[in-house]
Parts: sequence; structure tokens; C-alpha cells
Amino acid sequence: MKQVLSFNLNGDRVEVEIETHWTLLHLLRNDFELTGTKEGCGKGECGACTVIVDGKAVNACIYPAMELEGKEVLTIEGLVGAEGKLHPIQKAFVEHGAVQCGFCTPGMVMSAKALLDENPNPSEDEIRMAIAGNFCRCTGYIQIIEAIKAASKGR
Amino acid sequence: MPVFPGRRERVSESLTIARGSGCPVRRKLRMHKFSYLRPKSIDEAISLMESHGERARYIAGGTDILVRIREKKVFPDFLISLRHIPELAYIRYEEAKGILQIGSMTTHRMLEKSPLIRRRYPILSDAVDNIGSVQIRNVATIGGNIVNAVPSADGAIPLITLGSTIRMRGPKGERTIELTDFFIGPGQTLLEHGEVVLEFVVPRLPPHTGMAYYKHTRRAAMELPILGVAVFIALGDDGITCSEARIGLGVLAPTPMRALNAEKILKGKKIKDAVLEKAGKVAADECKARDSVRGEAWYRRAMVEVLVKRLGKLCVERARVSRKNGQIDD
Repeated sequence: MKQVLSFNLNGDRVEVEIETHWTLLHLLRNDFELTGTKEGCGKGECGACTVIVDGKAVNACIYPAMELEGKEVLTIEGLVGAEGKLHPIQKAFVEHGAVQCGFCTPGMVMSAKALLDENPNPSEDEIRMAIAGNFCRCTGYIQIIEAIKAASKGR
Repeated sequence: MPVFPGRRERVSESLTIARGSGCPVRRKLRMHKFSYLRPKSIDEAISLMESHGERARYIAGGTDILVRIREKKVFPDFLISLRHIPELAYIRYEEAKGILQIGSMTTHRMLEKSPLIRRRYPILSDAVDNIGSVQIRNVATIGGNIVNAVPSADGAIPLITLGSTIRMRGPKGERTIELTDFFIGPGQTLLEHGEVVLEFVVPRLPPHTGMAYYKHTRRAAMELPILGVAVFIALGDDGITCSEARIGLGVLAPTPMRALNAEKILKGKKIKDAVLEKAGKVAADECKARDSVRGEAWYRRAMVEVLVKRLGKLCVERARVSRKNGQIDD
């Protein structure tokens, strides 16, 4: 069954025809070809698909596309400024070596963004809790936590 | 010829190879197709459910059902979303009556962020802080957690310990039952087809209460517990005699339960280590701990004994703090 949906994607008003059983992740990757958002487990465990909907971090892989009507969606592609200028969180990740294979990175950055938008000066514990739902199987989190700390101070 | 073949082609290719070589077939998690309905009121939701019957399921946050659909465990033709019904997500506390109402579509994150819950009902904060991840808590609802009745879902334990009731509405009208009686088996509840959970109601607390919940896990986060223990102790005016006690246990048995015998041990006694120790032993005896993938019965019983005592102490501390604060602001 098809349905027309209208919502805000990375600052642009979009109208799109979807199948009612699609997830937000399917819509982003297959329809908008925004492949920065990754599919890891597909079950809401690993956080690789984290995007921000109405200011809240969610797992796109288990978020029904049909719930997007009138909402604001921000993906990793929406963080990059004019002329490809990196967002301060992305810059901090690069500077702190918080990226190894890079698969978890977009989700990790989006969780960090949701945290810092809500709480500009988080404690280390708060940072750890905020990214508890983002699995990284390469770096071991220390650089990631340092990067988020640095990004919070750089604001 | 596309340079990057679409997913569909890649999947069918891998299936052919797997079948031809006699290897186990690896299937990509592809979504079963369903219609997605968005009623604007409870009555509309119920009538949609009535007209679609067994082919329809309600969806709240969807963090469980969408996974179950992707894993091909359930195949609904219609998902009826409860997210567009405005009157289901709230945390209400009436100072005069002392009654707490939690709407069924309240997310775990709303509970986690509520200063009222943290101050007056820390047993709920103890539990929701550790359910899933931020991403899950932002979406998953308390009603969905309860209705799924998965033995490992520990959201129910604090609520049954608080003596909460559950209010539902269905085609035959509205009804309210004790939450403890709601669970009848793993994944099974008294909720009838078509019924929507409206809210959970926590009755007035006695003065000077302390309450705590502990989720016993291997990891610090993103974990389902081996067992969950909740203790609730109300102290008399002397600050040491227990006027009311409740103990909730879960995950270790097919359904969450109250340890009523252990509660009797505490009631009317002066709360000291020896009494808490005895209550722990009795709770361990009466709990219906079983062996499961998350833990063995003997270990679960041993931990009930330890945790009832440990949480009992924490309750007494919290009750004394609330007693002190109570004299200032109540």
C-alpha cells in the first residue's frame, strides 16, 4: 500500500511516496540515497542507524516511516555545513582519532549531537550513557568519549 | 546495467548460491508488508481493530513488534498506531490525592526525565534509567513494555511493587485490574483482543516510604537482566518500625511476582539487618526461580536473598531522607 508523506529532512521540506511498511532507514537509504545512516543489526541494538527525529535520537531501522508526517528528521548528511564544512562534533571525532572502520561513526555522531543539544556540558557518565546504545567494535570508546568531551567544550 | 546492483538482486543471488551448495540458507531480514493505520482517538483505534480482527496488531513505540515482524515471528496485515491519540502520554500527580497516573503511551525517556518521578518514585527511575538505550527509551512506551509481558522486560516490577492498577478500554467498555494479576504467562496477559491500555494508576503512598529497584545484569548497559528485585518499605513515626512492605521479583520467573511471605516478615518489625536477612531468605524460598537462558534457578535464588537485604537497607535510607525532607516541604 502506498502513501504520500510530507516531512522535513535535513532542513528541506520533502514530499515522498512510500510503502506503508517501510522503516525510516529504508526510506533514507533506498529512496533518498542518504547512505550515511548505516544498517547494523536491524533490530535497534547497535545504534549504527541513529538519526534525530524532532530533537530525539532514535533507531531508524525500527522507526516506522509512516510516523514521520510533519516531523523533522536530521541525518549525518544534515550536519555538514556550507562547502562541506564539518560540524564541530565531526571535527572533534577526526582530531581525536575516534574513527577506525567508520561504520558506527555516523550513529555515534548523531547520538552525541542529540546529547549536546539537550545538555551542552555533559559529565563523562552522561556521555557514556548517551552512547550506550551505539556499539563500536574497533576503537574501544575512549577516543569517542574524548571527542565528545572536546566538542562540548568547543561550543 | 547498474554499477551497484540493487539489494533485491544481491539477496536472490546469495540465496541461489547457498541453496546450490547445500549450505544453510542465509536470509536477509526483509520486512513483511503491512498497512499502517493512524487513528486519532481511542474509539477509532478500537473500531479499526474490530473491523480487521486477528490480522491487526496495535503498535505503540514499535521497538519490539517491528523487530518481531523483521524476524518473521509475527505477520500482521495491519498495524494500528496508538501514537496519534493525544490523550495517552502523560505523567500526572495530584498533590491532594497523592495518586500518580502514567499514560500508557508515556515513553521511558519521559519517565527518566521527570523530576517528579525521580523525587517521589525513585523505584521507577532506578528501572527506566537502565532499559535499552537512549534511542529505545525515546520511543518505547511503558504500556508497550507491560503488554508484551516478555519475562525479561523488567518495567513491570516497580509498578507491581507500587501496587499499581492498569486501566484498559475495549469494545466491551472500560475496566481496571491489579497489575499483578494482569500477567498470566510469558507473553500472555489478560488483555483481550481489541483492548487498549489507557493508564497505570499508583495509589497513594504511606508517609515515610523508601523504595528501590535493582536490575542485576552482567553488563553496565544494553542488557536484559538475570533478575530484577524491587523493595518498598514504609516506616512508622519512630523512623524504624516497618508499617508496610512490598517486594517485587521478576525475570527469574515466567511472570513478575510479589514475595508476599517475605513482606509479612518485615511488616510491624523494627527494620534491622537480621530482619532484612530473614526476609531475603523467605523471598528466595518463595520465588518461582527457573533455569533460563539468562540465568540458573539456584543463582537467581541466591541473588534474591542478597538483593532483598541490600535494597531493604537502601529503602530505609531513602525513607529517612524523605522523612527529613517531608518535614521541610510537605
